[in-house]
Amino acid sequence: MSDELKKKILEYIREEYLEDDSMELKDDTPLISSGIVDSFSMVSLKMYLEEELGIKMTDEEASTEAFDSVNSILVLVRKKLAEKK
Amino acid sequence: MAYSNAVREQFRNTLKEVEEAGLYKDERYICSEQGVEIVVEYPRGSKPIKVLNFCANNYLGLSSHPDVTAAARKGLEERGYGMSSVRFICGTQDLHNSLEKRIAEYLGKEDAILFSSCFDANAAIFEVLFDEKDVLLNDRLIHASLIDGIRLCSAQRDSYKNADVGHLEKKLEMWKPRARNICIVTDGVFSMDGILAPLDKIADLADRYGAMVLVDDSHATGFIGKTGRGTPEHFGVMDRIDIITTTLGKALGGASGGVVAGPREVTEMLRNRGRPYLFSNAVPPPIISAALRVIDLVSETTKLRDKLEWNARYFREKMDAAGFRLVPGETPIVPVMFGDAKLANDMARELLQEGIYVIGFSHPVVPMGKARIRVQLSAAHEKEHIDKAVDAFVKVGKKLGVIR
Ligand SMILES: Cc1ncc(COP(=O)(O)O)c(C=O)c1O
Repeated sequence: MSDELKKKILEYIREEYLEDDSMELKDDTPLISSGIVDSFSMVSLKMYLEEELGIKMTDEEASTEAFDSVNSILVLVRKKLAEKK
Repeated sequence: MAYSNAVREQFRNTLKEVEEAGLYKDERYICSEQGVEIVVEYPRGSKPIKVLNFCANNYLGLSSHPDVTAAARKGLEERGYGMSSVRFICGTQDLHNSLEKRIAEYLGKEDAILFSSCFDANAAIFEVLFDEKDVLLNDRLIHASLIDGIRLCSAQRDSYKNADVGHLEKKLEMWKPRARNICIVTDGVFSMDGILAPLDKIADLADRYGAMVLVDDSHATGFIGKTGRGTPEHFGVMDRIDIITTTLGKALGGASGGVVAGPREVTEMLRNRGRPYLFSNAVPPPIISAALRVIDLVSETTKLRDKLEWNARYFREKMDAAGFRLVPGETPIVPVMFGDAKLANDMARELLQEGIYVIGFSHPVVPMGKARIRVQLSAAHEKEHIDKAVDAFVKVGKKLGVIR
């Protein structure tokens, strides 16, 4: 599940934000602080996760820090999934 | 005095970081009027040299045009130097009103409103027109001033990939049920690549999804399109773009001033609620007077924009034939690609020694690995100027191993 989730998120980011396929994207690649994901469009990643996983994140939770790498996103998303149960 | 040594140290460290990242802005002094042949002191303190300018936004060559400077002088003599007031107190002369009407007419809009700069126009507009019920969808390469304006506004926001209408449509679909109004925000011409936003397709999508369109046409007004009305004219959609923002600081004389043109309610809301409009001084009479003359010049004939178009095509063809890699396009903004930042900067430095003034751009102004020299043509360039520039590019390009 977890690996699958990670793959999904990576894929979404690649599709939604990367300008060309040659750019490298890893679990710990900085997303927002590096400018790959601009803070204006972070919202679509948040909406994607919420819809895909049936969770709801507050603006405080979905901070630019929490969204700054796939790893940190996974931490947040897992917490929300656990709360849901 | 709380500007302690610790604070000083902190600021100096920040500056050092800027410098180490290669981002420190080193201003070159121009010791002549703006134009094609200018006198530049660079490096600082060295003897000023005569060079040909290929990096100004002086697209129509009006910055020091005799008709324009004469009109500025007339404005100065008849209406004085400054207004010492914001517009709504005692800063509006009849000429301000005439200029706004003329620009509205020129751009085919109901009304127009002047700002001190297009930066101010872009900073003003979003907060006045949109709130949390609305969504702003912007191209990812829009100008910094639009980004700041959007930041000042409480609307929801999202962005789409540069000039990618497929991606824009996805976003429209996603946001449509969640918004009262949607506004698509884009530059008409993207200044780093010299490419056009596909406004015809954007207008189609806007119709289909009931969205508004705002175009910043700063790098297009006066010369893009058959009669120079800008990117909307080029795509035949002048009546389908709701709001245009643009500048008097580039093709239209190059002094300063910004414009929002659009429906009357929009300009009226800006007059009443636009913070950079309400709380900043009126554009001074010499500029207003000169801008009126500029609008005459660009309305009377297409001579200047036609010549600019010819110049751009000629330069592109010659550079292409010489083996340089250009971003293809049809605007007078011609990016010559080098990839490597150092190479682009070395080229620019050596070109200056050859009498050609151009600037290298690298990350983060442009994407990593896409360093370039951005050449900007002007209607004031003669064929000989362009030939000289191409010759210099070839000479330096061979020396640095860029071309064979
Ligand atoms: C697209 C765009 N918008 C706005 C501006 C700002 O215009 P102004 O110099 O009038 O503030 C610029 C100038 O750099 C620009 O390129």
